[in-house]
Amino acid sequence: MEVLVCVKRVPAAGARVPLTGDGRDIDTRHLGFTIGPHEECAVEEAVRLVAAHGGRVTVLAVGPAECAEQVRYALAMGADRGVLVDAGRSDPDPEATAGAITQAVRTLTGGEEPFDLLLFGDCSADAGHHQVGIRVATGLGLPIVSGVKALEVAGDGLRMRREAGDGVEVYRVPLPAAAAVREGLNLPRYPSLPGRLRARKAELRTVAVEPEPGGLRTVRLRQPADDRAAVVVLGHGAAAAPAVVDVLDELGVV
Amino acid sequence: MTSERRVPSRADVVVIGAGIVGNSVVHHLAELGWRRIVQLDQGPLPDPGGSTGHASNFIFPVDHSREITALTVDSMRQYEKLGTLTTCGGIEIARGPERAEELRRRLASATAWGVPAELVGPGRVAELVPFVDPGIILGGFWTPSVAVVDPLQAGALMREQATAQGALTVAAGVQVTDLRTRRGRMSAVCTDAGEIETDTVVIACGVWSPRIARLAGARIPLTPVVHQMIDVGPIPALAETGTEIAYPIIRDMDALMYERQSGPDLEIGSYAHRPILHEPDEIPSIEAAALSPTQLPFTQEDFDPQLEDALALFGSILDTPGAGIRHAINGLLSLTPDGAPVLGETPEVAGLWSAAAVWIKEGPGVGRMLAEWMTGGDPEIDPHGADIARFYPHQRTPAHVRARATEGFNKIYGIVHPREQWTSARPQRVSPFHARERALGAEFFETGGWERPQWYESNRALLDEFGDRIPGREHEWDARWWSPVIDAEHLALRERVAMIDLSAFAQFDVSGPGALDYLQHLAMAQVDRPVGRLCYTPLLTPGGGFRSDLTLVRLGEDSFRVITGGADGARDRFWFTRHLPADGSVSFADVTSAVCTLGLWGPRARDVLSACCADEAGDLTNEAFPFGTARRITVGTVPVLALRVSYVGDLGWELHAPFEQGLRLWDTVAEAGAPFGIVPAGIGVYGTTGRLEKGYRLMGAELDAEYDPVEAGLALPRVKSAEFVGKRPYLAARETGPAATLCTLTLGAPAEHADESGIPRYPQGGEPILTGDGERIADRKGRGSFVTSAGSAPSLGSYLLMAYLPPEHAVEGTRLQVEYMARRYPVTVARVGRTPLFDPDDTRMRS
Repeated sequence: MEVLVCVKRVPAAGARVPLTGDGRDIDTRHLGFTIGPHEECAVEEAVRLVAAHGGRVTVLAVGPAECAEQVRYALAMGADRGVLVDAGRSDPDPEATAGAITQAVRTLTGGEEPFDLLLFGDCSADAGHHQVGIRVATGLGLPIVSGVKALEVAGDGLRMRREAGDGVEVYRVPLPAAAAVREGLNLPRYPSLPGRLRARKAELRTVAVEPEPGGLRTVRLRQPADDRAAVVVLGHGAAAAPAVVDVLDELGVV
Repeated sequence: MTSERRVPSRADVVVIGAGIVGNSVVHHLAELGWRRIVQLDQGPLPDPGGSTGHASNFIFPVDHSREITALTVDSMRQYEKLGTLTTCGGIEIARGPERAEELRRRLASATAWGVPAELVGPGRVAELVPFVDPGIILGGFWTPSVAVVDPLQAGALMREQATAQGALTVAAGVQVTDLRTRRGRMSAVCTDAGEIETDTVVIACGVWSPRIARLAGARIPLTPVVHQMIDVGPIPALAETGTEIAYPIIRDMDALMYERQSGPDLEIGSYAHRPILHEPDEIPSIEAAALSPTQLPFTQEDFDPQLEDALALFGSILDTPGAGIRHAINGLLSLTPDGAPVLGETPEVAGLWSAAAVWIKEGPGVGRMLAEWMTGGDPEIDPHGADIARFYPHQRTPAHVRARATEGFNKIYGIVHPREQWTSARPQRVSPFHARERALGAEFFETGGWERPQWYESNRALLDEFGDRIPGREHEWDARWWSPVIDAEHLALRERVAMIDLSAFAQFDVSGPGALDYLQHLAMAQVDRPVGRLCYTPLLTPGGGFRSDLTLVRLGEDSFRVITGGADGARDRFWFTRHLPADGSVSFADVTSAVCTLGLWGPRARDVLSACCADEAGDLTNEAFPFGTARRITVGTVPVLALRVSYVGDLGWELHAPFEQGLRLWDTVAEAGAPFGIVPAGIGVYGTTGRLEKGYRLMGAELDAEYDPVEAGLALPRVKSAEFVGKRPYLAARETGPAATLCTLTLGAPAEHADESGIPRYPQGGEPILTGDGERIADRKGRGSFVTSAGSAPSLGSYLLMAYLPPEHAVEGTRLQVEYMARRYPVTVARVGRTPLFDPDDTRMRS
């Protein structure tokens, strides 16, 4: 099974997300970067599918050269090939990102076996637009299920489940297909040391695409109101015990 | 324990920081009777987010530094008492031969400082840590007492104890917004929870310390640097031990890394990556940090090269299926220009104390040291290597700190020769002779930022003349940062005459109606001597140990010149200025930058000086200008303060001149000296060979706060009636007699100190002195005997070691051993006390 996983380089922020002076961006000068939890699950799922059914996992990221760090992280988790898509701008909107991925997929599959499955995170960890997977699938004429929490091979296709209110929706999807998965789908592995060494040496393929203009523009980002947790001293020594029990009771853990 | 955001309006002392250092300081202050202690931290308790919270928490006690080892051993004792220490043992391993040699040196330090340790082969390493591949290592240095500790728990217990004593109020989540001073002294700490009036503040803020100190106009010279750590797991072989740590910790010294078990994981830390420095002002806030302010985003590419080293050594478990990198950080720690902590009262602000750049392994010991220092002025462990006052102004600049921290980072696990020189941020301070010295091929060593010639390549020709009296050093380690030319310069001085650049001296002018009383109060010797007389004197600590030793010149009834070594000049300046009387009766001027100094010594020194000093004051005969006196003379056209004194034990003078006329002085003396065969000589002669032959003691080597004048052989025949700092313990020491006496020992014939390859070896200092049977020697105070200074004595044809020995061994002719690179060589006690081996009656110097 040929699986493509799309990941996004996003800042790893703490409780308070620092913004740039003009309020349009996250100030990333002192932040590290990562891929979102949904995408970690997507990589994990792809690696497991391929381990069970054969094939290859290709990991793709759209953005600047620094995205190689995130692609290599996925390679260290067990993906086989890495692709960087140079979209010519640092922060394309969902429409432009989807356009870039669609073009890249066509380039990658030109003359080769097409991908059987495209996996996305349900939404990115920073912008959270919930659009890219659906736009790519639509662009490529593939069926897509989003919010996927379980995925298995069933016959020639896949069976996918997602939560819907109090119930569960189950889909049978023929291949090729796309899915946007959610955290909880699996427990992603940590990259192993040998995996990391392999990833470090891996050659990444760079695909250039013609950027399309997107339609979305960030006007301003705002910090939510400061809801810093206040420290409440419940008491001292043994006298504090009843108050502690009350709190535990309130939390429903006793 | 009380912990809230309200702060009291007054405090006897405010301790800023609740990491291991701050917690330990409040604990020991409370133990020593301090009350109304307020402790602040910007973060929450028990882990406010500083370096204590992410440290790897293991302790290897042995360091080449006696002070650091003492602090570490004390800390381990304290952690253990608090029930927060788990002994697991530790092994420093060698992959290559150079490191194997370094481990042998490590063993010498362990013996010298009294820490049990042994060298083991690869098989034994693999027995102790079965996951290590013994095939790639040559051996290990096994220290059974290596331990892991819980510094957060230890800190919480220390705060609890101080609180229970009614001594401490803790306020967490409080930002310090300002430090107020009044007339150069602390007056208040301003916070976002109120203002606290206090005259004493301790900054124990780790990587934030420079930022806090700046609020008061003081500088704490350190920089945050990244130390990378990863956690790999779960590893079944570790998990099944069911405990936090079941195996000894490995320090893979050649790879500059360590590996320790942490429950089911293997924690791997590195000091091998590129130096990654941060700015104290750019550390993220607690809210903005993804993990904590001192756990920055991991930069994988910096760590990647280390993965292969880790896999090579620990492949058997790191390659376990399912084991992955579960946690990875760029942890911040503090690094200083010389790698040592920054402790003590800041020179800029009285009452403002620094307790920074401290590792987990030293935290509790530093707390005790600082509390003792703040209470009685006299910590039990000598603090001179960590004293914040050791830095000259240029060494406190951010540019210097960054340059040296960058250079020093990879030395943390490196092999650092005791004479190794720094290469960055040089030159800083150059004497007026510098251009001539460079032209003469000087090999410059740095002291206090000064560039000082250690020897001159221009003197290599002297080897033709003296070479047969100079044993070579076949072993590269012994010969590193050394040249036989030093010994040749020495012999040229002893036979003819040499000139030595001593411009690195720190010099102070002390004057005014109170000057005599002021100096009497600080000096052990009688200062009240006739105008024109010199006085060598120790300055003592309140506890009667050495604070300094220096020369005083009485220039007038009320005016004195103080001349002290460049290495300790900044500390001495601090000591003098802190003791100035408040009534303005003494004025103090640092004239270091105004005065240059040229030493002129050797049997022909009088001939040389006579040839260029032809004015009315130019009678240089011994009668007119006797030893131990000072006179103003003219050398050519240069007004000179000439001192008849010598640290190399030969006839001659220190010539002190206006800095801007230094070059003229050099040229005049060099020209006048040419007919007498004058050569320039370096500090190799002045500081080592000449000094050791004369048995002269060196501050920081033989002399420190842990030894007293009686032990150092520097007690004077009479005790002056005037009171002085350290007088009472000095009197007591004279009564009880020495627990150990400073002795000079000699190595035997080359064959007696040859190693297994037949190469004669030369101890470099710091090695343990053992009995003839190879037993460690310690005195009744528990202090081990070790080599304080070592060097050749070309005029005596021997190699000398200095060491303090307890009375039963301090007997001339006694045969003992020195342990060097894991081999033991016989040595003989050649001299007990201060009488020199060379020219014992000082005939040459006084002729």
